[in-house]
Amino acid sequence: MYWKGYSLDFADSERSSAAPAGPITSAKIVIAGGFGVGKTTMVGAVSEITPLTTEAMMTVAGIGLDDPSKVPNKMTTTVAMDFGRITISQDLILYLFGTPGQTRFWFMWDEICRGAIGAVVLVDTRRVEDSFAPIDFFESRSIPYLVAVNCFDGAPYYEMEEIREALTINRNVPLLPCDARKRESAKQILIDVVRHALSLLHVERARASAGMS
Amino acid sequence: MGHSRDDPRGALVRPYAVTRGRTEPTQAIAIEAVLVTSPHGLQEAQFTERDRRTIAMLCSERPQSMAEIAAYLGMPLGVGRVLVSDMVSAGILILHTTEDSGDLGQRIDVLERVLVGLRRL
Repeated sequence: MYWKGYSLDFADSERSSAAPAGPITSAKIVIAGGFGVGKTTMVGAVSEITPLTTEAMMTVAGIGLDDPSKVPNKMTTTVAMDFGRITISQDLILYLFGTPGQTRFWFMWDEICRGAIGAVVLVDTRRVEDSFAPIDFFESRSIPYLVAVNCFDGAPYYEMEEIREALTINRNVPLLPCDARKRESAKQILIDVVRHALSLLHVERARASAGMS
Repeated sequence: MGHSRDDPRGALVRPYAVTRGRTEPTQAIAIEAVLVTSPHGLQEAQFTERDRRTIAMLCSERPQSMAEIAAYLGMPLGVGRVLVSDMVSAGILILHTTEDSGDLGQRIDVLERVLVGLRRL
């Protein structure tokens, strides 16, 4: 996504910086799920900026090899990821990153998910199997996640417990319905992810202090 | 710092021309890590090339993440990261910390603040 309309005007470069001088912390939440499940829609519903796209390049022939530079006739591909931003306060910014829909771009997932507060796995009940891979990924990396069932118009209705069984997810993983187009719904999902991640951190802290005594 | 002439990475990937073929940043920068132009960064950036000046302008208006910088400049993340890490080394940009770099107590504190902020939306 190219960024236009920004003029390079240094006439006022003497002015003081508008950015705060103290330390700033940033955090991210990952929105995952199959292709077309509504990840970018959800990001756009709560982001203060129109979702941006950033691209990463990857040597296709090199995926999974120890030394990609040794491969002849390599080709590069670009993987796009959409993201949004919520400025919580002057010194705290939350970013929302959507994962690339195609699972063949697994190599990007580590980059996107490393250090995330938590993740949302968006589910379309017509293609429940698309969410198996993201769920496996977050479980294997111990990233706190919840499952949000995007309620598409005309999609068959299932009880949440039926979906939990189909996904074979643990009782302690929050599972809830949502409408990714609606700001209030998307906001509530993010609140639930952070609460879930917080409860796990509190457990970790309790364990740590119990171990010390 | 530069790669040797027969290193295939520089030659095959044209967008890396702006980094003179270098594909490795001098430091790790997370996609959500935020950068701010230092107090003298704007002035110093005047004497560098166009992309660096644009980045310095952008990050003086308000803090911007690594991902935002790459997106606004229309360059792949890897290319942006090489430029930005150079600018951090040169003192033009200041790199701020991410939530996961804190200890347990600090992380709980950050998450609680995120929660309060989200509820206010």
